[in-house]
Amino acid sequence: MFRNQYDTDVTTWSPQGRLFQVEYAMEAVKQGSCAVGLVSNTHVVLATLKRAQNDLSSYQRKMFKIDDHMGIAIAGLTADGRVLCKYMRNECINHRFVYEAPMPVGRLVRQVADKHQVCTQRSWKRPFGVGLLVGGYDRSGPHLYNTCPSGNYYEYKAMAIGARSQAAKTYLEKHYESFPTASVEAMVQHGLRALAATLSEGELTKANCAVSIVGRNAPYVVIEDDDVEPYLQMLKAEEDAGDAPMAADEAAAGGEAAAAAEGGAAAGGDAAAGGDAAGEAAAPMETE
Amino acid sequence: MAAATAGYKLAAAPKAGADSQGVKQHATWSPYDDNGGTCLAVAGADYCIVAATTRMSTGYSILTRRSTKILQLTDKCVIASAGCQVDMKALQKLLQSRNVMFQHNHGKPMSCKGAAQLLSNTLYYKRFFPYYTFNLCAGLDEEGKGAVYTYDAIGSYERTGYSCQGSGKDLMQPVLDNQLKAASPLLVPARNSTTTLPLEQAIDLVKDAFVSAGERDIYTGDYVEVLIITKDGIRREELQLKLD
Repeated sequence: MFRNQYDTDVTTWSPQGRLFQVEYAMEAVKQGSCAVGLVSNTHVVLATLKRAQNDLSSYQRKMFKIDDHMGIAIAGLTADGRVLCKYMRNECINHRFVYEAPMPVGRLVRQVADKHQVCTQRSWKRPFGVGLLVGGYDRSGPHLYNTCPSGNYYEYKAMAIGARSQAAKTYLEKHYESFPTASVEAMVQHGLRALAATLSEGELTKANCAVSIVGRNAPYVVIEDDDVEPYLQMLKAEEDAGDAPMAADEAAAGGEAAAAAEGGAAAGGDAAAGGDAAGEAAAPMETE
Repeated sequence: MAAATAGYKLAAAPKAGADSQGVKQHATWSPYDDNGGTCLAVAGADYCIVAATTRMSTGYSILTRRSTKILQLTDKCVIASAGCQVDMKALQKLLQSRNVMFQHNHGKPMSCKGAAQLLSNTLYYKRFFPYYTFNLCAGLDEEGKGAVYTYDAIGSYERTGYSCQGSGKDLMQPVLDNQLKAASPLLVPARNSTTTLPLEQAIDLVKDAFVSAGERDIYTGDYVEVLIITKDGIRREELQLKLD
């Protein structure tokens, strides 16, 4: 198609006014496993699905602490994400040194977005292949931002990025009005349920998901492995009781055992997404 | 060829930096100011006590009665600095930033030994415009035993059982030497110099040492911040000294 003529490098426009290389970079974000973020009046919760290359390897970490008041979740090229993480940490440390105060979240996100933009306007560079969900709490309250390879960034009340994130977004759109006044526990439950909606097979286990919380009087903390087990138990208990809106559909359909309820929730969500054919196909580069 | 009758003699030229009398002048402005104060650290078998006065002075005046000389780097390591407080502030901020970066990269706080080495390197970095600070790095080592490292202004350091720095050190050090009976650091193999005193007795000794130094050293007074570092964390006590 005509696409192929104008997609060789990032400094070539297409006749429709598009930069294909940038759009291809955004595809890389969609290859990574899902990351979800949501905001209440006092806290920001991030939740990620960790992927393992194979049975022998560990699950790839997708959440990083930037400072006591800020953390990120990445989707896409992990290596690119790590570079941005290092940059953000450095900026926060320098800001604290000079101003003796935490760096405002929006300001740092704008700096990161500017860094992204530079790579879309140099012929000898390539765009970053990673999307960030930045969750932080500063003097103006809790914030959630999404940055993408194009250099754009938006603030969100709730957002999901990565593979099959539409399923998670559908869940979040249904429930976002209850987020502002929700408790931290409720937020974590929402985050995990949104994440579960993106699973095409298997279920959430303590090995493959992680949650982080930051907010007022709550320095950034990551909850994973054994620490996330209680939340998963709560989720399972609700599924069993048939309280969760997703499980209600499945219970009507066949009333399967509790173990399948998680997978059922995912199937219910996936129906909306239209059954992603790409499935678990591994990308040539290490995208997580 | 210059004429022999040049109107000047090289030897009679005015010397650089000299006044009209030919006497060399020293700079009238110094970037340093000694803000006084004393700090002290004692290492025990499973504890470490770090104490410092809170008076900040300049010349014969008091700038404030309440300013801290101690930086709590991690749960197990603190840095106390006497001397020029503005250099202390800059040094402590730098170390704090380095510690945050370390925690990001390694997922755990710096060990006391690591912080001690970092402090030494940081001081030597400014070998030719030093931090005018006399430092103590103290806490618990990886085995949980008390550790005290003592420094000069450009980073030369050694691990000892106890040490004091600052304006009152010459008054305090002999008291500690007498009571804590350290072996000579010149002995080989190195003798363990952490004290066997129980914690409460060591705290009393520290407080007595400050009261004694406060009698004769004009820069030691107001309050003493005492930090007691054990495996359960860091506890803080305050001792009032004479306000004169």
